[in-house]
Amino acid sequence: MNEAVLVPEVNESLPSIRSNEGMLAWVASVDHKQIGILYLLTALLFFLVGGLEALLIRIQLFFPNSAFLSPEMFNQIFTMHGTTMIFLVLMPMLFGLATYVVPLMIGARDMAFPRLNAFSFWIFCFGAFMLNFSFVSGGSIGNGAPDAGWFAYAPLTEVPFNIDPGMDYWALGILGLGVSTLTSSLNLIVTILKYRVPGMTMTRLPLFVWMVLITAFLAVFALPSLNASAILLLFDRKLHTMFFLPQLGGDPVLWQHYFWFFGHPEVYILILPAFGVISEVIPTFSRKPIYGYEFVAGSAVAIAFLAFGVWIHHMFTVGLGQGIYFVFAATSMLIAIPTGIKIFNWIATMWQGNIRFTTSMMFATAFIIEFTVGGLSGVAFATIPIDWQLTDSYFVVAHLHYVLFGGTVFALFAAIFYWFPKITGKKLNERLGKWQFWLTVIGFNLTFLIQHFLGIIGMPRRVYTYPDEPLWTPLNQVSSIGAFLLGIMVLMFLVNLIYSLKRGEIAGDNPWDGSSLEWATSSPPPPENFTKVPPIKSRRPLWDINHG
Amino acid sequence: MDKTKLSVVIFILSESIFFIFLIAAYVFFHGRHLQGMDAHAFLDVPRTGFFTAILLASSVTMMVAMMFFRKEKFRLMSFFTFLTILLGAIFLYGQGSEWWGLIQQDVTISRNLFGATFFTLTGFHGFHVFVGLIMLTIIWGFTLKGNKCLPKENAVDSISLYWHFVDGVWIVVFTVIYLWK
Repeated sequence: MNEAVLVPEVNESLPSIRSNEGMLAWVASVDHKQIGILYLLTALLFFLVGGLEALLIRIQLFFPNSAFLSPEMFNQIFTMHGTTMIFLVLMPMLFGLATYVVPLMIGARDMAFPRLNAFSFWIFCFGAFMLNFSFVSGGSIGNGAPDAGWFAYAPLTEVPFNIDPGMDYWALGILGLGVSTLTSSLNLIVTILKYRVPGMTMTRLPLFVWMVLITAFLAVFALPSLNASAILLLFDRKLHTMFFLPQLGGDPVLWQHYFWFFGHPEVYILILPAFGVISEVIPTFSRKPIYGYEFVAGSAVAIAFLAFGVWIHHMFTVGLGQGIYFVFAATSMLIAIPTGIKIFNWIATMWQGNIRFTTSMMFATAFIIEFTVGGLSGVAFATIPIDWQLTDSYFVVAHLHYVLFGGTVFALFAAIFYWFPKITGKKLNERLGKWQFWLTVIGFNLTFLIQHFLGIIGMPRRVYTYPDEPLWTPLNQVSSIGAFLLGIMVLMFLVNLIYSLKRGEIAGDNPWDGSSLEWATSSPPPPENFTKVPPIKSRRPLWDINHG
Repeated sequence: MDKTKLSVVIFILSESIFFIFLIAAYVFFHGRHLQGMDAHAFLDVPRTGFFTAILLASSVTMMVAMMFFRKEKFRLMSFFTFLTILLGAIFLYGQGSEWWGLIQQDVTISRNLFGATFFTLTGFHGFHVFVGLIMLTIIWGFTLKGNKCLPKENAVDSISLYWHFVDGVWIVVFTVIYLWK
């Protein structure tokens, strides 16, 4: 590593991680690595909470006509499961990963605005705990958690129909989370555009960084609509306005427009960073550069633009008119093209590669398969008559879990197995990891593949119980068994985390022979990240040095 | 563009979307000619037009203040920053008194859709003006101490950008609410 390039922005002194051990060193930290870890740990906590809620749902649905949970309780549990998994697990996991990895990947010392970074995390915590505090806020049935589904359709969320305080907590919590995502995205954009080490041009940027950049732009443009929705709902409930109250002239469909204008880009906010992870993991373990770098980045930009033109496909049953529906069905199907391009890029990268099937690579490979299934059922939903038939059925539940679990969660496991050595200096146990992988694949497909059929034979989503129709009981039971396998998988993952932290194999700086800059520094990286950054002459600066 | 200005520009883009949604709510309900949207009749357009001119003038004084800042004439900059704050405050007074008048006539946020959309939109705009005034006041406080304490140009420039944005939003709000019958 001769020809060292200096790291930019050295004029500001950075806080030392080790100078001040203890809790305060974490709470008061503005270091991107510590904040990234805080994000990941908080998201892990809520992953357990949301997972427990999922298990409660599956216990309730194990038998027909079950009375394990009351209908009111069931509504709260599925609402909190959805809200938690999307806002308190997937988003903070992805943003936490980005906060940790992006500055390392671009050779920066920290984020552009370290204090704003800390603010983003703590306002996220505030929103997250506000949301969950609703469980003990008291309501007409003793607990007042939000109970109108994660997309909170009006007028069910309004005071005349929902007197309990849950929806107030929901709106306030969402507002906190919205602000957190906005500030964090702002920070990431400026960091990526301004803090790249010399030589790291936009066309040499690692694809994970590209995806984070595009995601951050999506968030900047989509989140204001969620914030506005949450504020208007709060005004409706607390200041007695009537934006979404039909009896006073308001319009519930306005809520749907506002929510889904955010809600659909949100789906891409959750999946694009996952694409980024896959675009790092697959080349590393195939020992090849990514196939068609420009197409992976370019197609993600296309997805981002299309993301704002498809929201009405969530509203095909509202009755907005054929003309509008044709347009939105077409734009929704168009998204399959840039997404499909990426699938081919990843397969072509693996093609004739010298593949090492580590746990991370196995999750990445399974991601391609599971996500494609979710993508295909998505294209099915863009077909209006199919949507009319299957909307609000378990088919939707299956579809969204294939995208968000088979897609994002698989990618997150790939990412954690990939970057855990960098974050902690220890490798996660591969043997446990492979057990976990197979348990995930089997449990996931048992739980959700079957739900496609449940949906087709007519089981509506969000019902707290069902009659003993033919096939309904056994299919639901298989799904519940799959969910419990996933529960065991999560426990196994926790054991692996704790075990590997204590006695994991020492990783070294570059355990996977990675080619991007985060592998150029020690594991874990020092507070200032780099003393010297190797010269950047291609997209794979480390590969040039090690195999040059 | 340096990092401070870049972040403010992106922040402003995001805020624009936020205001577009509040304005869209007004347009959505106003366009339907619902009963209860007639409270438009209570608005005094020329009076608010006057306060609009005041706010626009504050953008001009802000630009002049920035000009003197670049020429390093800090006493003049201080004066024009103060003038900007004064004009902004007069605008807020105008809005406050208008609100007071409407509430006296029982046109409130919970009365009908006009009240709901009007108070939400102008309220959020007023809040943004208020935040701008706080930032300008901080800058003004620095200018009183001369050039020693002043933040860098990009920081002051960012605040001025934000101030122009707040004015720009008001032009749209004024056009949509006051001029569109």
